[in-house]
Amino acid sequence: MNKKSSVLAAPYALWMLLFTVVPLGMVVYFAFWGENGFTLEYIKSIAETQYARPLGVSVWLGLIATVICLLLGFPIAYIISRAKGISQRTMVMLIMLPQWMNFLLRTYALMSLLENNGLINTWLRDVGLEPINIINTRAAVVLGMVYDFLPFMVLPIYSVLTKIDNRVTEAAQDLGANGFVVFRRIILPLSVPGIISGITMVFVPSVSSFIISQLLGGGKEMLIGDVIEMMFVHVEGGRNIGAALSLVLMALMLICMTLMNHFDDSEDVGGLMV
Amino acid sequence: MKKTLVSLVASLTLLSVLLCFATGCSSGGITGCFDDREVLNVYNWGEYISDGEDDSLDVIEAFEEKYNIRVNYTTFASNEEMYQKIKSGAGNYDVIIPSDYMVEKMINEGLLEKLDFDNIPNYKYIGSDYKDLDYDPNNEYSVPYLWGTVGIFYNSTMVDEEDVEAQSWDLLWNEKYSGQILMFDNPRDAFGIAMKKLGYSQNSTNEDEWEEAYDLLAEQKPLVQAYVMDQIFDKMANEEAAIAPYYAGDARIMSAENPDIKFYLPVEGSNKFFDAMCIVKGTEHKEAAEKFIDFMCEADVALANSEYVCYSTPHTEAYKMLDKDVRNNKNYYPDSKVLDRCEVFCNLPADINELENDLWIKLKTK
Repeated sequence: MNKKSSVLAAPYALWMLLFTVVPLGMVVYFAFWGENGFTLEYIKSIAETQYARPLGVSVWLGLIATVICLLLGFPIAYIISRAKGISQRTMVMLIMLPQWMNFLLRTYALMSLLENNGLINTWLRDVGLEPINIINTRAAVVLGMVYDFLPFMVLPIYSVLTKIDNRVTEAAQDLGANGFVVFRRIILPLSVPGIISGITMVFVPSVSSFIISQLLGGGKEMLIGDVIEMMFVHVEGGRNIGAALSLVLMALMLICMTLMNHFDDSEDVGGLMV
Repeated sequence: MKKTLVSLVASLTLLSVLLCFATGCSSGGITGCFDDREVLNVYNWGEYISDGEDDSLDVIEAFEEKYNIRVNYTTFASNEEMYQKIKSGAGNYDVIIPSDYMVEKMINEGLLEKLDFDNIPNYKYIGSDYKDLDYDPNNEYSVPYLWGTVGIFYNSTMVDEEDVEAQSWDLLWNEKYSGQILMFDNPRDAFGIAMKKLGYSQNSTNEDEWEEAYDLLAEQKPLVQAYVMDQIFDKMANEEAAIAPYYAGDARIMSAENPDIKFYLPVEGSNKFFDAMCIVKGTEHKEAAEKFIDFMCEADVALANSEYVCYSTPHTEAYKMLDKDVRNNKNYYPDSKVLDRCEVFCNLPADINELENDLWIKLKTK
């Protein structure tokens, strides 16, 4: 039996080795080994403003996007989980539908929607309202992140919420808890695992996103993903710094996720969130 | 019975795939197995060859038919992307079409093969203005394919006439058009413009001049709507923006999409660029590659490419065959007076290159 399962795992192990472990090893290698052998110079250079600033901005915008996703996503997930049969399936489908289209195409589409002469503003002008100037701003970048990653918040929360046994909430109601108390003491604590994975699944790609800021932010403010891309693709000999930046970014993510998982285990997390 | 048939077909397929790998026709994939023609790998800019669309000549197909050589044609989006591929040895390429400074860099690093001009008799049609250029001083490694300049596109309904009269780079710094100006999203072209506005060489090795150019770009940043490359087409056509610097050859596409878009080559001078055909060092298909370069220098092929891409041709015969309006269009074939003030990019020394990238990131993260 054991042998069988190891045989079954072999293709994936090989896959992991080739496409996860080896590239990761290369990232570490390039981050620490330059032309003259081992050096901490690349890691240190991240403290320079031109790298530290985009890193900070990325984390900040990622945080905002994650909070917005959570505020939007939780109610949606709750409503969907409460819906019955066909309407529930339809709503889940509607959330997933945009994901069937490539993310780059979606971002382009959003760009042509938001532009000053885009669809939304043309329409606003037609009905006699003030057009909105959002394209090429930070707000547009955050909007792009929320737009692209919202389903990653909704779906895990939704799947946790559907698993909550109705009898639990009924019992609480029988014991005299009102709607708010049921939500605070029962539903919220039980949905924490979904919230945690939702936050992780939105925060991580938001912080490391690139192209969104180029398309929606007008390329006026590089995010860390854009800097890494530039380092690897357009700057000769830039891969060492690029690798160091990637490594720092990964470490940062790892710390965030560890912290999040810590909350997941603690008992009074429900209170903490409210 | 059915089952045996299925397994027979399956094993035959597997066998042919294995054979394919064994015989080494890897670049062609499975279809290549049944195609014993020599394979030539051509690596060019995207949308940079006449491809049979709109009744144009399908250059690749015509070449394949003429020489019975199969072309594996792939494209790149930037010189640096192409360079990384060649340098790292990833992928198999024979003919590449880098720009001037990249040709120089690749020659210096020994990445290019010397051409045997006996096999490229059509080289004689390349005009003398386009030979002996700094990036390949002895004409050993490259044959110019197309050339052009960088200038300013503007929407004549959105920009006042008096502001374009000066025909200057200053338009990109005109506060009146704040938020309607687009700028190059690559350091070389962006700094090139700033250098020309300051009256310096685009190939300056003086660090102070680069810092000055940075200050100028930083001063421009609040006026810039977005730093973009290909999106310039859409944003200009939709009148999202009024002013953008770009390559002169794209004027036809721009004005076809929006007839109000006009172009001028700034009087301060600009960048003049060449994209040249080269052969990658160590190719196994050198003769086929030279045949290809020669074919690209046949008059009707050069004409088809220049007409399709709209960039200027260095080919004297093709030039004569061009539409009169194109030939006399100063945007495509400027007077030597203006052209003399234009520079071709050189490969910058490593420290200047590094400074340029640092300043660029600094600008973009400001």
